[in-house]
Amino acid sequence: MISPRMATGMQEKQYTPSLLNFFIYNPKFGPREGEEEKKILFYHPSDVEKNEKIRNVGLCEAIVQFTRTFCPSKPAKSLHTQKNRQFFFEPEENFWIVMVLCMFILNYICAEFIDTVYGAVLQQCYSMYKLFNGTFARAMEAGGVELLTQKLEKFFYRYLQTLHLQSCDLLDVFGGISFFPLDKMTYLKIQSFVNRVEESLSLIKYTAFLYNDQLIWSGLEQDDMRILYKYLTTSLFPRHSEPESIHFLVDVTMEMMILVILCLCFKRFLTGPSNLKDPEAKFRFPKIFVNTDDSYEELHLIVYKAMSAAVCFMISASEELGREFCEQLDGLVGPQLTLLASDICEQYNINRRVSGPDKEPQFKFIYFNHMNLAEKSTIHMRKTASVSLTSVHPDLMKILGDIHADFVRVDEDEEIIVKAMTDYWVVGKKSDQRELYVILNQKNANLIEVNEEVKRLCATQFNNIFFLD
Amino acid sequence: MSEEHYLELCDSPVQFENASSVNNVFFDEANKQVFAVRSGGATGVVVKGPDDKNSIAFRMEDKGEVKCIKFSYENKILAVQRSPKSVDFINFMPDLPHSEFSQECKTKNATVLGFCWTSWNEIVFITDQGVEFYQVLPDKRSLKLLKSHSINVNWYVYCPETSVILLSTTVQGNVLQPFAFKCGTMSKMSKFEIELPVVTKPAKIILSERDIAVATIYGQLYVMYLKHHSRTGNNPGAEVVLYHLQREGACKRSHILKLNTTGKFALNVVDNLVIVHHQSSQTSFMFDIKMKDTDSNLNIHQPVLPARSIHPYKIALTGPAAVGSQTPVPCELYSSTWSVFQPDIIISASEGYLWYLQVKLKPVVSLLQDKSKLMEFLLRRRDCKMVILSVCSQMLSRGDKGSLPVVAIVFDKLNQVYKEYLEAEQSYTMAVECGPSRGSTAHKRPVRTQAVIDQSDMYTHVLSLFTERKDVSHKFIIAVLMEYIRSLNQFQITVQHYLYELVIKTLVQHNLLYMLHQFLQYHVLSDSKPLACLLLSLESTYPPAHQLSLDMLKRLSTANDEIVEVLLSKQQVLGALRFIRSVGGHDNISARKFLDAARQTKDQMLFYTIFRFFEQRNQRLRGSPNFTPGEHCEEHVAYFKQAFGEQAFIKPVTL
Repeated sequence: MISPRMATGMQEKQYTPSLLNFFIYNPKFGPREGEEEKKILFYHPSDVEKNEKIRNVGLCEAIVQFTRTFCPSKPAKSLHTQKNRQFFFEPEENFWIVMVLCMFILNYICAEFIDTVYGAVLQQCYSMYKLFNGTFARAMEAGGVELLTQKLEKFFYRYLQTLHLQSCDLLDVFGGISFFPLDKMTYLKIQSFVNRVEESLSLIKYTAFLYNDQLIWSGLEQDDMRILYKYLTTSLFPRHSEPESIHFLVDVTMEMMILVILCLCFKRFLTGPSNLKDPEAKFRFPKIFVNTDDSYEELHLIVYKAMSAAVCFMISASEELGREFCEQLDGLVGPQLTLLASDICEQYNINRRVSGPDKEPQFKFIYFNHMNLAEKSTIHMRKTASVSLTSVHPDLMKILGDIHADFVRVDEDEEIIVKAMTDYWVVGKKSDQRELYVILNQKNANLIEVNEEVKRLCATQFNNIFFLD
Repeated sequence: MSEEHYLELCDSPVQFENASSVNNVFFDEANKQVFAVRSGGATGVVVKGPDDKNSIAFRMEDKGEVKCIKFSYENKILAVQRSPKSVDFINFMPDLPHSEFSQECKTKNATVLGFCWTSWNEIVFITDQGVEFYQVLPDKRSLKLLKSHSINVNWYVYCPETSVILLSTTVQGNVLQPFAFKCGTMSKMSKFEIELPVVTKPAKIILSERDIAVATIYGQLYVMYLKHHSRTGNNPGAEVVLYHLQREGACKRSHILKLNTTGKFALNVVDNLVIVHHQSSQTSFMFDIKMKDTDSNLNIHQPVLPARSIHPYKIALTGPAAVGSQTPVPCELYSSTWSVFQPDIIISASEGYLWYLQVKLKPVVSLLQDKSKLMEFLLRRRDCKMVILSVCSQMLSRGDKGSLPVVAIVFDKLNQVYKEYLEAEQSYTMAVECGPSRGSTAHKRPVRTQAVIDQSDMYTHVLSLFTERKDVSHKFIIAVLMEYIRSLNQFQITVQHYLYELVIKTLVQHNLLYMLHQFLQYHVLSDSKPLACLLLSLESTYPPAHQLSLDMLKRLSTANDEIVEVLLSKQQVLGALRFIRSVGGHDNISARKFLDAARQTKDQMLFYTIFRFFEQRNQRLRGSPNFTPGEHCEEHVAYFKQAFGEQAFIKPVTL
């Protein structure tokens, strides 16, 4: 049996990466000698001496330029040195984001995987910036370099502090969305709810519905939802987390449940006013940018929560939102959402009872579908604001990463079975756009038995999807 | 304004010679026949029925003034009452003698108040001292007394539909004694008392037969009492009190219909609606006893709609008086010469017309604003289908703000009725399949009323047109479709494929493919082969549709051949083979199909592998690795030989 353990504390020293530098530059902004500083739009840490900044940026620029001659279509992504790793990313033309991590790696097996993970982390940094600030190009159009540097400074100063580099793993690469399993009828009720709210409050452009931090409905397009989901689950929700979780209600009687629900009925705005009754309340909501490739929309983000159900309402930023609107929204959504949330909870508990008590299975797995970004992990515990907890040894996580790196390289479906040194079997399976990683704790099993075991797992856990065997 | 008249007289009334000093007119409620008796029958009797175009005309001897004249069912025997003591009979059956015979009432000193036919040869005499139930023996030209009952009778009311006769007894006339007749039996039902408004002077008949009517409403028999309140009291007006008359048990006061006015009233029942005509205002009230008023649980009803007059009616003047002027003239409605009969008959004896009263549903739509109430009301009406469908269309086309909840309620109401029908149909089918059940009554196939609005009705008349509309936002269109699907699911009705197709078509049209993906992810659109194929066709515009389609085919578990085809078309030959092997179908697949696909990939090793697989299959199934001519693989065998050489073939095992 695998005993859950914290990934952080027990990790080997050499694997603990730390952020050395993080900078953003545009080589076109200071092409002449002596103007190099102008290229730098953001530099972390800010207290580094100017010349060193220029030197580092120059080095990156040179590497990118130099490597480009070998493969113009795929510029360099990372640079390995003895002590550190540099990751390069050009999210918009001529804008480069560079992240330098300090890490000693003795074990070269997972080198490739580390590139994938931190490359993904770097891209996520940009996506998150873009979600709240729009593209670099738009900022340039609106207020030139000055505005852009201001925005970068304001955003990354805080954001970099929340990067938990040591606990990044395969899930960061996938950047998936965990979907809440739900029966058709309850799902249709949610649809109905969303449609009604959008109809009566026509200002609302998009709606997203989550339960237990898992997505049920997104009116946003997939890519925008992906990053918004990341923000909600790793930043907004953990900040507002409370012992409100409905899980402890599993086995209580109906009356008690009603009682608890009544007590916990504080539905409220997670963004915007904390208390509608407060006469001083401010009605300011965070703004997000979506569909940046075509329609480029700026939206108010209202996140409203009742029990475990959270709904994001997105309204064009050009609309003025005041007390009146919030009260209207509260009055309309509050009662319906509370009812719906208790419906979902009830349904969820029924399903849990049907599926029987959670016995610790002989295996743990990570599943990801590239098509709908659905991810499922029995390896990871609930994500908290600070770290993600895994229940398996980091070495096994590294093996998963390596298998993934193999999958990326090949287009075809394949299956990889690894026997880890700690007697675990690790199986990776790729079928069409899906990836499945299984960790089996069966010391004495042979290859055939492991293969059979995985087949069985697919037949029970994934029987409603097409998995090539 | 004309659209506000929700009541009308039928287009083709029964016309008869109007009543005059020489022509007496009688109406038989049982057969709905009008008798025009000229000079006591000597100069002719003309009988006009509701549907028969040919009237019956005959002559009979004038033996005094006719008081009452009625045919038995199917016009077999005519009964005529001319004296207070006896009733005369004439056979109308072709083979029997035509001459009259007579029957005197058995009770001494009794006066015959009237008679009622209860079947083709059974008749009830109602006298002031009781009832006498006879069987007529036409061949013997005599009657046989089946049963009688003594009771003091003031007057009586007959309901031919249920063969129930109500007798007014006691001094005040307000104790009603019902009798039911069926196949030669007479059963006394429990008597009941009508609560009178004020008891002023006893020993005087207060309850008049004019204020009592009997009718079947929603399959139940009701006695309707028009209760006139004295103007002095603080009662605002008259009311109709309904007493529910059951075969067993006591008769209970069940509904009160508030008229809120006073004056002369007449009652009709049309399509299970109680219509109260008010003469002085020349309007009619309409009541639906199934419509619940929220403010009371006592079953006190207000009119469904504001009172309106019957739609103006014009009669074409014919006959000598109207020669030359053919223009129709307006008919006087609510005339004092009108007689009203149950359930829905209005007769103007002076003009010679018999009309059926009809309810028009279209005007109701605009008069009844509350859509939920309107839908309930319409679902209970006979010819409601097209009106309901047009209400749905109209409701969706406006796209008012906040109309989705209303749409949801309307869909739920429709589907409730739809589901009830489906369930009845299902249990009928099951009962029939189980064979005739012992003891219980024969299974009756459920009647499909117009209120059953199924998915194809909704699709054809409402939804398919609605989704084509350009002036409605696609958000609203999709919301409405989802609402309909939600409602069907809520009532556990299997959603038809064409509705899913409509949803998909609409989503694709507006490029809302991620939305479609999410619907499929939660199985909102149920799996089916056609749906999977539809998804496959979307792959070029939305690549994930491929995966969705394959998953769906997998879940169907009857679509393995389709899965193989899909994989082969994607050149996933090995994948297809492994799949079919995993489901155990690899012994029956066509080798040629796989070899064709493998050749197309231009992958030599893949071709080798596939070829080898089938060689081994041949060996296993037939003991020889060679392909049979029927498999048409010669071309591939030749290619294999050319590519890998003769020695690459599996050697046939020689025993």
